[in-house]
Amino acid sequence: MAEITIIEAVNLAMARALENSPDVIIFGEDVGLNGGVFRATDGLQQRYGTDRVLDTPLAETLIAGMAIGMASQGLRPVAEIQFMGFIYPTIEQMICHATRLRNRSRGRITCPMVLRAPYGGGIHAPEHHSESTEAIFAHMPGLRVVIPSSPLRAYGLLLAAIQDPDPVVFLEPKRIYRMMKQEVADDGEALPLDVCFQLRDGTDVTLVTWGAMTHETLQAADQLEAEGVSCDVIDVATIKPLDMETILNSVARTGRCVIVHEAARTCGVGAEIAAQLAEHGLLSLFAPVQRVTGYDTIMPMFKLENDYMPSTDRIIAAVKKTLEEA
Amino acid sequence: MTNEEKKCVAQFEIHYTQLLNQQGELVGPLPEFAASAEALIALYRTMVQTRTFDTKAIALQRTGKMGTYSSSLGQEAVSVGIGSAMRFEDVLLPTYREYGAQFQRGVAMSEILRYWGGDERGMAYQHQPHDMPITVPIATHVPQCAGIAYAMKLRNEPRVAVSVLGDGATSKGDFYEGINVAGAWQLPMVVVVTNNQWAISVPRDVQTHAQTLAQKAIAAGIPGEQVDGNDVIAMRHVMLNALERARSGAGPTLIEAITYRMHDHTTADDASRYREQTVVDEHKLLDPIERLKKYITAHHNWDETQENELHETCAAEVEAAVSSYLETPPAPPETMFDHLYETLPDALQSQRDEVERLGKQKQGGDDNG
Ligand SMILES: Cc1ncc(C[n+]2csc(CCOP(=O)(O)OP(=O)(O)O)c2C)c(N)n1
Ligand SMILES: [Mg+2]
Repeated sequence: MAEITIIEAVNLAMARALENSPDVIIFGEDVGLNGGVFRATDGLQQRYGTDRVLDTPLAETLIAGMAIGMASQGLRPVAEIQFMGFIYPTIEQMICHATRLRNRSRGRITCPMVLRAPYGGGIHAPEHHSESTEAIFAHMPGLRVVIPSSPLRAYGLLLAAIQDPDPVVFLEPKRIYRMMKQEVADDGEALPLDVCFQLRDGTDVTLVTWGAMTHETLQAADQLEAEGVSCDVIDVATIKPLDMETILNSVARTGRCVIVHEAARTCGVGAEIAAQLAEHGLLSLFAPVQRVTGYDTIMPMFKLENDYMPSTDRIIAAVKKTLEEA
Repeated sequence: MTNEEKKCVAQFEIHYTQLLNQQGELVGPLPEFAASAEALIALYRTMVQTRTFDTKAIALQRTGKMGTYSSSLGQEAVSVGIGSAMRFEDVLLPTYREYGAQFQRGVAMSEILRYWGGDERGMAYQHQPHDMPITVPIATHVPQCAGIAYAMKLRNEPRVAVSVLGDGATSKGDFYEGINVAGAWQLPMVVVVTNNQWAISVPRDVQTHAQTLAQKAIAAGIPGEQVDGNDVIAMRHVMLNALERARSGAGPTLIEAITYRMHDHTTADDASRYREQTVVDEHKLLDPIERLKKYITAHHNWDETQENELHETCAAEVEAAVSSYLETPPAPPETMFDHLYETLPDALQSQRDEVERLGKQKQGGDDNG
């Protein structure tokens, strides 16, 4: 079994899906011969042909709209938006159509599409190439929003997204596309959607995160371990719909919670998790919930991006704050 | 350098089709289908049926029995022409004035009433599995139409995807994105622009400086043409040709159907705020139903007895749909969670339970009261 990166796992999952079903169609800007600007679709057009792996005109509304049209016909479109910073023209298609086609037609027409996009900061990219705006999609009823954080989860969750009977926005943390390698069996096995993944068991504090921030969060947990603080680390993975049960169970054990995300703080997904902890888990809490997030500023250009994104130190400081309370 | 000194690298023309003039006289070569009295009477019947429905729907809204409604008054020939030319297995992506096409394709009148009566079940289209529900966000269905057409092309199906939109809609980017890819990928697709001269209160000329809307096709590299949208024979003819081209793999077409919106934009609008009634009255002379009636009266012995019978049949059909609509109780409130996902996620179960509980409470309260 080969050790592969997240981006290779994304590629492997799409290849497996193309192999397993003639209904799977991959398209987007530069995804054909070029294999995508991050190489997510590398080699797929060569292997599966120009009918099934195709370059579209440069038009994001079109990409989302065509995915909806194809999905309505029973195809399994997997559309790529080149960067999350250019995903906004798809919002009308997603909120007005993809998410509600099944509902509007009373189950007559469905929309099993995947909209993939690399997201997040930390790669010294130009302006508009570092956004984390997953909360925009998480607010849409009828949608799933899935974010992998390791090669195994990238493979298993992308297959799950493609197999899912409803629309999925699949956001790939591009900073960690090539950060780590794992053995991934190309067995076509999907991982479950709508559940969190437990990355580390601990007793003192629950750290909740997703995407590239799992890296800093796990680093913080390591350092805290050395200081005698035991962290439970949860990768939310499917941020919509949210598996609060896993988070609440963990907090019932630890009594403390720190939520870490790269996106801006206000109305970020962390706010929803904190609100639900207040509604359903307040009595297990020994300390106020802490959020370590991007700031409510425009995502700065790359000279300052590391000052914007949560660091291991900021996470450790937040954990210590929760421990200061009784 | 003057233009004469520059080399001309491309030239384009836009053609217009009219077969029946305002007086109901034939002004062009009669298409094959139009030789048959039966075919013409079928078109006539559907136009009358659509107008009967329309009149009743407005009355339902005015008497508080239905929500806002968008009328297709004066535009019946466009919609009926489209619907009559399509095959059942094609896919129609309609906006909110395509009743004439929808009825022919199996959508029930009671479903349209349910839709404007605020009930999702009006989009279930129980006898029309293929068509998309009415699209409200303007022009958003054109990219979807391209996706559907791509699926048909990929599977080598002899089917066509048809989207219908307004003159205002052609100002939107997604309209252009859709027709552009239709050209680039030579998709089996027909886009009909119902140019009724108005986008709510904004007249056609404020929408664009382009001389025709059909010429927008040229930038997309696809054929574009105009047709008299109040001439149902021309409308069906142009549509049949476009569908045939698409079906045979010869690519997409943009059709601009010239018509006039005779009613307010919707029942929530008051067109007297922005247009003169005299101008509207002038357009009565162009009425599509009167025009075909003149022709079939002159050429196919259509008479007042048949006319009266037709109106009675249509009225009865509409009345039956209205009864069905009025008699349908609202769906239980928890059905708002139905078909949200294939399987309701656990995260939503407690919200559904709450709605169900409150709904039952209300029901109990109503019963007691
Ligand atoms: C994207 C979008 N913007 C605005 C509206 C509100 N609106 C509904 S109909 C309409 C005018 C549409 O005009 P046109 O495309 O000519 O179609 P018509 O109503 O004349 O059939 C507007 C502005 C809408 N539904 N969608
Ligand atoms: Mg209009």
